[in-house]
Amino acid sequence: MGLVSINRIYAAISAVVMAFVLLPLVAVVWVSFFSNRILSFPATGYTFDWYVRAWAQDSFRNGFITSVETALVAVVISLVLGVPASLALVRYRFPGRDAIQTLLLSPMVVPGIVGGAALFMAFIELEIILDMDISGSLPGLFIAHGLIALPWTIRLVTAALVGMSPSYEEAAQSLGAGRITTFFRVTLPIIKPGIVAAALFSFVISFIDLEKSIFLVGPGRTTLQIALVSYLEWNLDSTVAAVATVQILIIGVLLVASDRYAKLSRAF
Amino acid sequence: MSEVVLQSIVKRYEAVPAVDNISLSIGEGELVALLGPSGCGKTTTLRMIGGFIPVTEGRILVGGRDVTHLPPNKRNMGFGFQNYALFPHMSVGENVAFGLQMRKVSRADIARRVKIALDRVKLAHLSDRLPKQLSGGQQQRVALARALVIEPDVLLLDEPLSNLDAQLRNEMKLEIRRIQQQLGITTIFVTHDQDEALSIADTVVLMRAGRIEQQGAPDDLFERPASHFAAEFMGVTNLLPGEVAGSDRFRLKGGDTILVPVAGRAGPHAFAIRPERLEIDGEASAANTLSAEVEIATYRGLVIDYRVKTPSGLCLTARRPSPAAGGPAPLPVGRPVRVSFAPEAGTLVPM
Repeated sequence: MGLVSINRIYAAISAVVMAFVLLPLVAVVWVSFFSNRILSFPATGYTFDWYVRAWAQDSFRNGFITSVETALVAVVISLVLGVPASLALVRYRFPGRDAIQTLLLSPMVVPGIVGGAALFMAFIELEIILDMDISGSLPGLFIAHGLIALPWTIRLVTAALVGMSPSYEEAAQSLGAGRITTFFRVTLPIIKPGIVAAALFSFVISFIDLEKSIFLVGPGRTTLQIALVSYLEWNLDSTVAAVATVQILIIGVLLVASDRYAKLSRAF
Repeated sequence: MSEVVLQSIVKRYEAVPAVDNISLSIGEGELVALLGPSGCGKTTTLRMIGGFIPVTEGRILVGGRDVTHLPPNKRNMGFGFQNYALFPHMSVGENVAFGLQMRKVSRADIARRVKIALDRVKLAHLSDRLPKQLSGGQQQRVALARALVIEPDVLLLDEPLSNLDAQLRNEMKLEIRRIQQQLGITTIFVTHDQDEALSIADTVVLMRAGRIEQQGAPDDLFERPASHFAAEFMGVTNLLPGEVAGSDRFRLKGGDTILVPVAGRAGPHAFAIRPERLEIDGEASAANTLSAEVEIATYRGLVIDYRVKTPSGLCLTARRPSPAAGGPAPLPVGRPVRVSFAPEAGTLVPM
């Protein structure tokens, strides 16, 4: 078989896969403009109404705000914990290093439902011990989302550090810089792309989480994803599609932006 | 500018010694090359002096001050890295200024001293460039300026020339030597290239398996290698094993006996002789003459290497100028030759 025909086969397979991935997204965006009152085909007309209605819904607006807040806090938590942890994992050799690395990456491989349930039970236990609200509280949600984002931050920042020769830090030290100065003046600027990508990606990962959050939200403080699920239980119109379209847009922009800073493929 | 003394330095990684009891005294203003194959401990030694690797045993003194347990930022040493390690997010000028900022030098003084340092390496006009906009040779110069601007007690260079192409390497070699002598700064540099070490060092320290194999002036090492390893590393390709067989005689493996200065040695040794010192079809009256046959001729531009074999099975390499360098016509393979040498043309080294 010639090279050209092999390339054609690859192209065909790629096209099928792309279509498989993209068609649902296209469908959602399309449906979000249908003027049909109940979700159905074909479209009787097109309208922007669902976007207006979505924003007018308290549950979506508040859910969106909660999701953004939570994601921002998750970004901060994952960076504050993840950057120093990555630094220690990459630059130092100490007993238990591999175990700690596995532990820090584990939220990525534990199914969200399992992790959410585990956190919920842990929070309940803590509540009993400390006699305070955690499981339905915002701080509880923040902690959970920080955990979701942490492995991704560690992956991306670790990749950035591995790609950075230790000799930069050594050069700074030989020129008279202490460890802290070296970190802020040399290490941080050099791995900045990795950190920016980690922050953006952490935001996305937190923003789209459903499974963990479902255990941890309190009354009146749901995230957007949970608001969507609740809405779907009782309604079948294009509001959900409108909300989904906005999300696709936001997440798409964030992912493209973070990929510009550091190739996301390095994190997988 | 200070003298550097290493007192019985040992570095062990989980009981395996990487540097095994090295003692070395480096005089003020001296340029010392740590030479050896990869894994001999030369870079580990340099990095211990720089403070990047903790010393397992022993002491490091700089100008009489014990720096063994000081962190690198308290040692006042300039370090040149193999990859230069210029900070990619800072301009050339900022890179050079970094060490002065760490020393809280005033802004005006920093500007002045950065200018002097960059002038010294002839790069003042590139002060605003980013490292990635410079060529390899320019980056090396900036790295040198950055290491020297802090007026270090010692300059440490880790394979400073290994990332440069041949012509630039030669240029940089002379540049390093010029600046080193101009400033009179004690300098230790690591290399695996004997030519580099010989051409700029005051003292060459040949290392092997974590120990010092031999140290001395370049001509000392080159002309009087003290061991089989040293001879081999210094490019002596003919190392003929055998045994001392009298006050001036050496019996080669295979049976031939040659006349050499034995100087009180006894037992198994190797006779080390450079290919240039073997004469092909020279005067018949030479002290040592072996008959042989040309096995392989390798044309190398200015010289031709002849690998010859004696009837007893001994293989030798003899080097002659090629016609390009005014030498005689090349010899064909299979041609019988006489190989001769004077007794003092080679040395005996212990096996």
